[in-house]
Amino acid sequence: MRVKLWGTRGSLAASGPDTVAYGGDTSAVELRIDDDTALVLDAGSGIRRLSDELAHCRRIDVLLTHLHMDHIQGLGFFAPLLDPDVEVHLWGPASPRFTLEHRLSRYLSPPLFPVRLRDTDNVYVHDLDPGTVELGGATVQADFVVHPGLTYGYRITADGGTVAYVPDHEPALGAVDFPGDPEWVSGFDLVNGADLLIHDAQYTEEEYETRRGWGHSTFRHAAALATLAGASRLVSFHHDPAHDDAMLDAVAAAIEEWDVPFEFVPGKAGIGFDL
Amino acid sequence: MEQQPIELILLRQWASYLDIPVWLMDVHGDLLFYNEPAEAILGLRFEEAGRINASQLSEIFGTTRLDGSPMPAEELPIVAAMHTGRPAHGELRFGAADGVWRRIKVTAFPVDAMGRRHGVVAMFWESEAG
Repeated sequence: MRVKLWGTRGSLAASGPDTVAYGGDTSAVELRIDDDTALVLDAGSGIRRLSDELAHCRRIDVLLTHLHMDHIQGLGFFAPLLDPDVEVHLWGPASPRFTLEHRLSRYLSPPLFPVRLRDTDNVYVHDLDPGTVELGGATVQADFVVHPGLTYGYRITADGGTVAYVPDHEPALGAVDFPGDPEWVSGFDLVNGADLLIHDAQYTEEEYETRRGWGHSTFRHAAALATLAGASRLVSFHHDPAHDDAMLDAVAAAIEEWDVPFEFVPGKAGIGFDL
Repeated sequence: MEQQPIELILLRQWASYLDIPVWLMDVHGDLLFYNEPAEAILGLRFEEAGRINASQLSEIFGTTRLDGSPMPAEELPIVAAMHTGRPAHGELRFGAADGVWRRIKVTAFPVDAMGRRHGVVAMFWESEAG
């Protein structure tokens, strides 16, 4: 399984000379099991550039963690959505009252977007329940995690490798002794023993003090979860739009000094992994 | 031990901050958590007891109707909420682990999400010394 990061920014795209190394595009991750099919994790602005890479795919499955704008705003610019020769399957959480298609259509319809989702003939929208589904040669496990609104984390296993993708996650929210007992830690089952953990690391400790409950983690929270669950590698993700390359490099250098049982990889757009 | 569903994790966190006694039970009837205010009524510290299996609950705690007659399980608000999927409320006599009987009121809610039942959360309080 090959994994490539196309957008690692959180909350809002942040392009500019200060964000070249980590990238300014919002969440989008490519997973390839073979050359004909692809899994895409989230549809932030990073999914636009991914379009060309998937030109030969006849089926693409896009797994949405949730419907905050930074995770869906690239959908309208994802070229396969307008290619009748490609089947695009969108998966994600329904709400108690509305289907995923209904919820997505709030964005993919006027006045927010000129094209209606229902006007595409090659797009299939699936309400995804918590649990496991087989997609494109991979086993995909979806489970809800702590974040405002209905939000999934995903665990994808294929070719003997496992990647856990939890881009928006605040497992420390309200926890008295985080990380504590795994039975009571959001996301633990998704991350448990993963070869690669792509995880929310939006805030510094200082920033978190004034942003509790906003649904995101500090670098230390991400490291604590990775340690508790025995992940082999931790990739920082969902970088705050205010964090420039210099700041993120400084944090990465500091983490190198931490005594942690995993490999830390700064989440820069464009990097890839073979599992 | 597998991770609990997110709905129960959040309820436990929520309960740990409240002044009202809260009891959190999973779909199997196991008592997963109760908060500090609940300890005074249950007569047992959670840190000492930990999770209590459904089969042990009746050995540790007692319940009767207000007149002291035996209370069928289905009359217990927690059991009613679990079985009917609707909130339930009731008043009963509760025998705590420390041997003290108290008259309590209980309001229980099913923890249902995305079409699945994960358990029941109950709030309870002492209605008067009994």
